Amino acid sequence: MSNYLYRGIGVVATVTALSLLAFSLPSGGEARGDNGDHLMPRLDHPAWQQECSSCHIAYPPSMLPQASWRRLMSGLDNHFGDDASIDPATQADILKFLETHAADAAGNRMGRRAMKRADPKMPPLRITETRWFVHEHDEIPQATWARKSVGSAANCAACHRDAERGVFDDDSVRIPK
Amino acid sequence: MSRRKFRAGLAALGMAAAGLAAAAESPSSLMAHYVQIAGVPVSALSAARGATFYRAEHPGRDGSKQSCATCHGASPTQTGKTRVGKAIEPLAPAANPQRFTDAAKVEKWFRRNCKDVLQRECTAQEKGDFIAWLSQAK
Repeated sequence: MSNYLYRGIGVVATVTALSLLAFSLPSGGEARGDNGDHLMPRLDHPAWQQECSSCHIAYPPSMLPQASWRRLMSGLDNHFGDDASIDPATQADILKFLETHAADAAGNRMGRRAMKRADPKMPPLRITETRWFVHEHDEIPQATWARKSVGSAANCAACHRDAERGVFDDDSVRIPK
Repeated sequence: MSRRKFRAGLAALGMAAAGLAAAAESPSSLMAHYVQIAGVPVSALSAARGATFYRAEHPGRDGSKQSCATCHGASPTQTGKTRVGKAIEPLAPAANPQRFTDAAKVEKWFRRNCKDVLQRECTAQEKGDFIAWLSQAK
């Protein structure tokens, strides 16, 4: 009899543990773990996804304020040294989307955090130049950034393996050799 | 059906339609298009000239040497790499059948990349030679 009781307790405990584990795993953009600060909302905008992810991942709009996105989108013909120009209609469509989800857009949790360390008078063009980014990566030595497997600090997915899905929490980080 | 699923379904339909429209062109129809602009017969296209063009180095905006191969790799049947480190699918249709099937996409990338590498737009003859070489690359 007591044998069955122990078995029963074991089964219930295992199921509980497994479901807790399943629900605590990042599910691609839903606000869980890290208080949601490192999981970007799942965004669906085909032009943004297609145009911005040709050369790099489509960086989450909440990583820069509206003024930055406006500055960046008005200079696509010289985009950090490359011609990334697109037709005016697509450009306007993407900018509207970026502004709606920018770091300083209303109700943006992740953005509030990014803006905490920002100088509102100087909108940065590079996410890697924001004080927020520098602070988040202050434990990464220069030699790690210089690794061939990383290539560039713009290559989020080198270490943040789920960056394409907006997942930037510490658990999903694997720094390549 | 939820609204979300309905929207996803619509998006899928849209993409399928875009895929059909994109399949309207082929490497040979694009070559025909470019020779027409250049005012030469198709026989005037040269795969050898296309290969030389692909590998020719030019001073880029920052003064460093740039060629098509800088990002697309030494072999067009292999995967290339953007400056940021993202993979570029092979350019040669033998390795990537999606290439040269969408005129708007082809024009967009010729415009951008020619300006990056050559500091000018490419001529119709150059574009035709380029496709002539890539479509026979194995």
